[in-house]
Amino acid sequence: MSLSNDLRASREILSNLTMREVRGKYKRSFLGQTWSLLNPIASLAIYTVVFGLVLKATPPPGEPSGIDNFTLWLACALLPWNFFSVTVQGGMNALLGNANLVQKVYFPRYTLIVSNMLAGLVTFGFELLVLAAIAVVFGSQIWIWIPLVIVFVILLALFGLGIGLMLSISNVYFRDTAQFVGIGMQMWFYATPIVYPITLVVATQERWAEQGNDFPLVWLYNLNPMERFVQIFRDLLYDNRLPPWGDMAYCLGATVVSLGLGALIFSRYQGRVAEEL
Amino acid sequence: MSQAAVSVEGVSKRFRMYRERNQSLKAALMRGKRASFEEFWALRDVSFEIPQGSTFGLIGENGSGKSTLLKCIARILQPDAGQVVARGRLAALLELGSGFHPELSGRENVYLNGSILGMRRKELEAKFDEIVDFAGIGTFIDQPVKNYSSGMYVRLGFAIAINIDPEILLVDEILAVGDAAFQQKCMDKFADFRSAGKTVVIVSHAMGSLRSMCDRAAWLQKGHLVEVGATEQTVDDYVDATHVDRPTETDDTNRWGSGEATITEVQLINVAGARSSRFRTGEEFTIRIDYDFHERIDKPVFGLAITTLDGHYLWAFHSRDGEFVPESVTGTGSVDMTVPSLMLQPGTFEVTASIVDYSTTHTFDFLRNCTRFDVDLGSPRESGGPVALGGSWGNLRSAAAASAIGSSAKGA
Repeated sequence: MSLSNDLRASREILSNLTMREVRGKYKRSFLGQTWSLLNPIASLAIYTVVFGLVLKATPPPGEPSGIDNFTLWLACALLPWNFFSVTVQGGMNALLGNANLVQKVYFPRYTLIVSNMLAGLVTFGFELLVLAAIAVVFGSQIWIWIPLVIVFVILLALFGLGIGLMLSISNVYFRDTAQFVGIGMQMWFYATPIVYPITLVVATQERWAEQGNDFPLVWLYNLNPMERFVQIFRDLLYDNRLPPWGDMAYCLGATVVSLGLGALIFSRYQGRVAEEL
Repeated sequence: MSQAAVSVEGVSKRFRMYRERNQSLKAALMRGKRASFEEFWALRDVSFEIPQGSTFGLIGENGSGKSTLLKCIARILQPDAGQVVARGRLAALLELGSGFHPELSGRENVYLNGSILGMRRKELEAKFDEIVDFAGIGTFIDQPVKNYSSGMYVRLGFAIAINIDPEILLVDEILAVGDAAFQQKCMDKFADFRSAGKTVVIVSHAMGSLRSMCDRAAWLQKGHLVEVGATEQTVDDYVDATHVDRPTETDDTNRWGSGEATITEVQLINVAGARSSRFRTGEEFTIRIDYDFHERIDKPVFGLAITTLDGHYLWAFHSRDGEFVPESVTGTGSVDMTVPSLMLQPGTFEVTASIVDYSTTHTFDFLRNCTRFDVDLGSPRESGGPVALGGSWGNLRSAAAASAIGSSAKGA
């Protein structure tokens, strides 16, 4: 009985905390909510210049969509990554950043981490809408893939949430966490085929193989769940094709593990959070 | 009524006193451990029940575990052993407005804070006007709360918390909130609460208001439960047990004089002839000045004054006005000033003592705020302010019914 009460009560808290995040974020800035679109546009522009024009990363054209546009190709992976990154890093800081609240009022603590994710989801949702509209202009046939996109947005959100739950606890007990994660996320970003096509990695392994070095680079590379997520979003939005079943299953598995572990660690340690803060 | 609103069952809470705390990796690696700490028990096996509909006081000295216990009841802290069972919606007034987002408007914060405290949107909508009205915020409600004065901030926080209509209300160290009018509104609200049969748990040092508000009280000492029972009895026992001297530090700014004669100690003596720092209104009260005259001084004058803690000068009396002028004094000794009936209302007061010459222009020794004492409710019992005048009510004369005189009303 108390659990269902808890859940019902937390729905209200969640929607209010989420609103606080969304509304509070750009308050008092001249451009307000526009920033949530300007920011990704700016990073898209930067990465397009650096990786598309200067370093000449040339991803293969969409198959079967036939779209050939670096920025669009980049956006299909960069936007999901940004959302993931916000969910993880924001979630990590959610307990510490709300210390005054946690120490003075009882409410289900996980709502802080979840609301951070939901606020990111709101922004990501808008970005996806804009992206989808632009993709359609470029000839993408995304209509039949929309349900799958939604499924994977949810899976990505839960995958990030699980990691956020673990890190939020870790950050309370161990303040270095935030620094490590800052570096780790940067490494993870470049270990995921976002700004360059995976064909470059495959080519590298082939070159090594010719030199007699049979290091399983691609196999290792493929262990990264974010690689699968990013490829799936590209398959759906850019190429308009059904992602490989193996990739989809892998993402589902990664999400279950991440969320399960996150929930386990969080529920185990959350009781002492108020005094450790 | 049969079931307790809150059952505290064998609750223990352990805190860590960190000697060093390695929250950064470098420190942890270099020292080879995350932290070194001593444990101490803020609460040790505390059990009692708070009956439904009662107003319950938690008393004890600083560090006795009252606030920790309140936080355990509020579920903010998790006991290391035992459990707290609270039956009914619970709200804690620990720090008001703590969840406000400074950039959001008062209105948005009401909904945010209300939902954190466990209120539904519909309930909040229904109560919204009442909350704004209670806080006295008016048109500021649509301004970002960072533009609020600290008083408005806290008032809004209090208005939300008290209007969420909890079945159990936890209050820590009531309410130095707002001006007198707002405090009165708060007290009225508490009274409504109690008469509506709701449970209130109060942590406070103000024995006077606890005595008048609470039905039952629990007394904690160093984490152990000493006594739980009717407020009168528990508070009396607590006050009696803590009859100890309160040392006050003296430094140069609080002492001056030429030093031919010095005050070695100022003692407060109760009716039983024992040293004390706690008295009741109407009790006999003696201040004893222990002196040391390094040389023979003719016609010295001893002076005493009492001020409130915030420095209001209430009373002074020196021995020349008291027509007590010894021809000469030398060596060590003491002198008493006795008040037959201490006409001060509950509160804490400071004593200033001095030795001056007969003209009262030359100061041998002057000790400002050399000791302090507490006054608890006694008799006469009057309603407010620092002094008791021993007044009485009566002589009701109604112009409309002049014949109704005779039934005199006697009040506090």
